[in-house]
Amino acid sequence: MLGAVGGFAHGPHAEEGEPRSAAVTTTRVLAVRLRWYERVPWRRVVLVVLGVAIVAVVVVGTMKTLGLPEAQRYTGQNWINFVARGISQGAILAMIAIGYSLVYGILKMINFAHGEVFMAGAFSSLFFADAYARSGFLDRHPVAATLICVAVAVAASVLTAILLERLAYRPLRSAPRLVPLIAAVGASLFLQNAFRGFFGPQPRGYPRPQVLGGQLSILGVPFQRMQVLVFVVAALSIVALTFLVTRTKTGRSMRAVAEDREIASLMGIDVDRTIVVTFAIGGVFAGIAGVLYAMTFEQVQFTMGFRPGIAAFTAAVLGGIGSISGAALGGLLIGLLLNVGPALFLTGFGIPSPFSLRDAFVFLVLVLVLVFRPGGLLGTGEPEKV
Amino acid sequence: MSVPLDAAAPAATADRRPVLELRGVSTHYGLVSVLRDVDMEIFPGEMVCLLGGNASGKTTTLRTILGYVQPSEGQVLLDGEVISGLPTVEIVRRGVSMVPENRRLFGSMTVRENLLLGAYLRTDRAAVEADLERVLETFPRVRERLGQKAGTLSGGEQQMVAMGRALMADPKVLLMDEPSMGLAPVLVEQVFEIIRSIRALGRTIFIVEQNANMALSIADRGYVIQTGQVVLADTAENLLRNPLMREAYLGEL
Repeated sequence: MLGAVGGFAHGPHAEEGEPRSAAVTTTRVLAVRLRWYERVPWRRVVLVVLGVAIVAVVVVGTMKTLGLPEAQRYTGQNWINFVARGISQGAILAMIAIGYSLVYGILKMINFAHGEVFMAGAFSSLFFADAYARSGFLDRHPVAATLICVAVAVAASVLTAILLERLAYRPLRSAPRLVPLIAAVGASLFLQNAFRGFFGPQPRGYPRPQVLGGQLSILGVPFQRMQVLVFVVAALSIVALTFLVTRTKTGRSMRAVAEDREIASLMGIDVDRTIVVTFAIGGVFAGIAGVLYAMTFEQVQFTMGFRPGIAAFTAAVLGGIGSISGAALGGLLIGLLLNVGPALFLTGFGIPSPFSLRDAFVFLVLVLVLVFRPGGLLGTGEPEKV
Repeated sequence: MSVPLDAAAPAATADRRPVLELRGVSTHYGLVSVLRDVDMEIFPGEMVCLLGGNASGKTTTLRTILGYVQPSEGQVLLDGEVISGLPTVEIVRRGVSMVPENRRLFGSMTVRENLLLGAYLRTDRAAVEADLERVLETFPRVRERLGQKAGTLSGGEQQMVAMGRALMADPKVLLMDEPSMGLAPVLVEQVFEIIRSIRALGRTIFIVEQNANMALSIADRGYVIQTGQVVLADTAENLLRNPLMREAYLGEL
């Protein structure tokens, strides 16, 4: 690169000067050979080495894990559990990732407070779930009780998302892109601390209806009922969203605003309203995911939005941010990576607690995607600066 | 240069009410005055063109009509009702639509979706279907492309879709912003052919163009705007013959 610039700097001289000196200059240009270390595309080399190293670790780790002696090896049932847990957690991540993706698609902005939208929904529904558990309503009418909890969570998440848009992002819409991003981080901290202030810092138990506690046998393989529920709910809602976006007038207006705001308003589309609708849909998904998450882990806490938020953001980037199918695929892959990856890749190396490294996995994937394929797996667009 | 503004309206339409009217409109961007006391009238079924050099206020005139910019003085009227001051969406709802400069289609959406977005505010489904059919009859080539992404179309086809999208709103007046801008000469010819076929539908058209010759050859009347003021208003025939026009805009010395 440096060498090429040098060549250009000599170029004009060669053309402007008298023939003799031109010849001299030309010879000099030819004489400026690039040294070998200047010719090597170091960036590429580093990337390739990095890629090869990661693949090597994964392959060797997998082989070592599978080659462990019988006593130390995971059983078949273990692996099934890892995969099932990965898929169900991935489904929750996909639902959160959709919120990042929709908002990014329409505003080209990462709503870093989206993890707190998720937390706000789960936390708010706790008070209903708690009361229902104590009165016994939760187990007498588990479907009704759960649906009410979901409705409360959705309402709280949608309200949070809409307020964020209205108070923190809309006034900054014409500001440089970094400004709303900082506002998002600030809003995230504000929401976390508001929930801590009002409801305390300690984790609170979240009741789960007893019917969701046990196992369910599908084709002779036992699965956790909760995991099956999570997967079914996520799949149905993602199908519904895809229908909404591709087949309805609302979806058409969302896509139009995402592509060209000014022309969308020329079509008579109310741009502000469409943006609010987009935030609200993200809130609906975050609210549903919040209850599923709380019932899976049977607790809520003011920080609960942070790690799933980062993992879901990574999922959205991995799948291709702005795309719904990308968010779904990314969510599943990250979920599997979090729950199968540490056991499969790391146990063979004798690492004492591989699952403690799961968050490192998430960030590694985030960095790798941004380096190797910034548009994501399903994304076609050029990389966007965040 | 005194301008016989009243003489501009053709006799046949003189007693009719204009569809679109600008009454003493002035527009400012901050302290900079862009339009000064502009009067214009567009009558039903007419095609009127607005001519002028760069930065003369042509685009601002369109933006003012559509409410992207508010006039600091004067009024814009549609069918006798004041529309200046209303939000763009409301002005579009009342029957103004525009073919934007450079077409600006939704490239990742299909041609059909683009056309339907033009009718976004309409709720009369049957009439929308009928209008879609009429647009496809006017532009048969668009029919073959209905399911295709708009971004994959050729420049001429995109212009047809852009015009069709604006027509789908069934507007009272159709604004066109520099439809020939940045197109190869062959395509310019094609675009004016498209505009002629829209005229044949009896549409009221207000067109901003730099290609004065072409525009005047198909328009009924024209306004010439210079540094934000209307300096000439006459029938297209007279403007084509006007020596000042020939010198300043028609590229003859």
